[in-house]
Amino acid sequence: MLRQAQHERSGEAFAVEAHDLVKDFGDTRAVDGVSLAVPTGSIYGILGPNGAGKTTTIRMLLGIIDPSSGTRSLLGHERPLDAAEQVGYLPEERGLYPGMTSMDAIAFMGALRGLPLREGRRRAIELLDGHGLGDWAKKPIRTLSKGMAQTVQLLGTIVHKPRLIVLDEPFSGLDAINQGKLEELIRREAAGGATIIFSTHVIAHAERLCERVAIIAGARVAFEGAVDEARGKLRPIVRLRTRAADGPWRAALPPTAKLDNGDWTFELPPSGPEPLLKALIDGGAGIETLSIERPGLHDAFVAIAGAAAAREMATEIGETA
Amino acid sequence: MKLPRMIRSAFVIARRDFAATVMSKAFLLFLLGPLFPVIVGFGFGGIGASIESNVERPVVVVIGTADDYRALDQARQRIEPLVQGERGIVLSRAAPADDLMVQRKSLLAQQNPPVLGVLDGGLDAPHFTGAVSADGVTVRQLSFIVDLARRDRAAPPPAGGRPLAVVLTQSSSGSLVSARSLTARAGQAILFVLTILLAGMLLSQLIEEKSNKAIEVIAAAVPIESIFVGKLFAMLAMAWLGIIVWTFAGAAAIAYYLPGGLAALPAPAVGWPMFIGLGIVYFSMSYLLIGSLFLGIGSQASTVREVQTLSMPVTMAQMAIFALASLGVGHPDSASAIAGMAFPLSSPFAMFGRAAELPALMPHLVAVVWQILWVALILRLAARLFRRSVLKSGPAFRWPWQKRATA
Repeated sequence: MLRQAQHERSGEAFAVEAHDLVKDFGDTRAVDGVSLAVPTGSIYGILGPNGAGKTTTIRMLLGIIDPSSGTRSLLGHERPLDAAEQVGYLPEERGLYPGMTSMDAIAFMGALRGLPLREGRRRAIELLDGHGLGDWAKKPIRTLSKGMAQTVQLLGTIVHKPRLIVLDEPFSGLDAINQGKLEELIRREAAGGATIIFSTHVIAHAERLCERVAIIAGARVAFEGAVDEARGKLRPIVRLRTRAADGPWRAALPPTAKLDNGDWTFELPPSGPEPLLKALIDGGAGIETLSIERPGLHDAFVAIAGAAAAREMATEIGETA
Repeated sequence: MKLPRMIRSAFVIARRDFAATVMSKAFLLFLLGPLFPVIVGFGFGGIGASIESNVERPVVVVIGTADDYRALDQARQRIEPLVQGERGIVLSRAAPADDLMVQRKSLLAQQNPPVLGVLDGGLDAPHFTGAVSADGVTVRQLSFIVDLARRDRAAPPPAGGRPLAVVLTQSSSGSLVSARSLTARAGQAILFVLTILLAGMLLSQLIEEKSNKAIEVIAAAVPIESIFVGKLFAMLAMAWLGIIVWTFAGAAAIAYYLPGGLAALPAPAVGWPMFIGLGIVYFSMSYLLIGSLFLGIGSQASTVREVQTLSMPVTMAQMAIFALASLGVGHPDSASAIAGMAFPLSSPFAMFGRAAELPALMPHLVAVVWQILWVALILRLAARLFRRSVLKSGPAFRWPWQKRATA
């Protein structure tokens, strides 16, 4: 609630804005003209296959690296490090000092963001207790399992109660239970007023959590906007089974309709479901089943980024599962 | 980013590094390591002393008459105070045998006492045979002894008179210059050894963060300059902790080897308290200067192997820096001394030497400001280089003739 109040006081419509970000590594262009705007208080997903430029974009937004060209602003600051104390960041490659205790690792990450060490330790104990790791508070990171260490780093990311939380591939390496816990944590932080940005190549997480997404493919933003807007790029799909094999009702089906095992599949005509239903009934189709399915984010992603990118992401999910 | 936040961030990094280093088991070895030579020194010191007491002086056998031998030995006794220790020869006499060649050979082969050489031919035609350098100490002593003995024989003894009256003063200009040069060299040597021992560790300071990927978390939260400053000062604090421990051991060693303690060393021009104070300042400055350079160089290395490869050239560079600083000792206002003081990396050593030789303090203030500026400059450049070449930040570097890549 405190963070929500801070957002309201700051009056920023967008927590993060980027215009035409370009990043070249030697002769390779890793990011090519990325522009995006993350509304304050939203959960924002950056989707794309590995190598698309998600991590490089995030690193530029956070000021870890400077872009080759383009501008960005973070919580109203043109120099991202000026806002560092209000930002939490979980990098894709997790990094902790193995000799540090869990409590000290969290407190250290908080201290880097301006939280006094003593307060950081107090909050670390609370957070570790709250996530079932209370017994591990004073044990070195090297004795923790990979999942536990990942949780410790995540807690270090939020220990200073940041207004903006940036998570780079936060779900990778987590089992299903911990993925669920992480989704819960993201929702809780967002409900507390924080703006959340996370990158992922698992569309399901973005579909469940995000209000807005940027789809990056081939170093460019292929789509940036609300999830509904992305889905809205596709027409709803109608699945129809009739008792009559043929008849005048067939004229109501669009020319692209396909028959597969007795089921007709086609995009809902722009006129909507009512005229379609009327034409089918009047034409004597004898409707056995009819469903109108709203396309998912995955379908939208395939349509926007291309089937090749979707296949690539599916392969990555298989590899990381 | 504002300066107080940069300093606070540097402090967070420094606190973590200092705690991680000091709380490690290896730190105990770090503290004990430099004490080994002191302990070994004590041991060898005792052995050395016992060896010295048993040193046998070279024996030269005089084949000749008793009169000649007496004259030669009297002359030797007169110069004995000038040639002290094992370098002063001892004479013994052998009566001439029938075959001089055989007698020489037999004497030179003698083991107890071992004979260095044989002098025959008397005072009129002296002839020395022995395995010594033609213009070495033994031959020069013998020549002088023969010359004295001849003069004694030719001339009457000198008239008696009062012995040389000696009045001792604290110092003279001649003694001060050479004595303070000694203090300057000793001070520089201590400063150099401490720096070479301690600053080398900074080469590998960023390897840990690079290997455990913590650099990403830190670089997202604080400026690279803060990381460098934090690491530098953490290591400086650790170095001082070590020095405090070693000073106690050193004090014991000085008390043992130099019973008068520091008073046994010639007093520096600025006086002992100021000299020690400047020593603290200049060690810190040399550590910060060389350390910031090492940190910058080491941050470019991505593996421990690369750091190890860098160690040798870096040590050689330190030797060159020390040599440059040493050039001015004895001539603190010479061009070479000023060059040593102006070159930032050798400046702390050169200025510390100057403190032993000249009393003026203002040049030290100027030098410290100059050195601080260079520390800041080196750190800035090192951080920029790290961002550019390690984090790949900013526009890619291109030579003017390279074409810009297109998408």
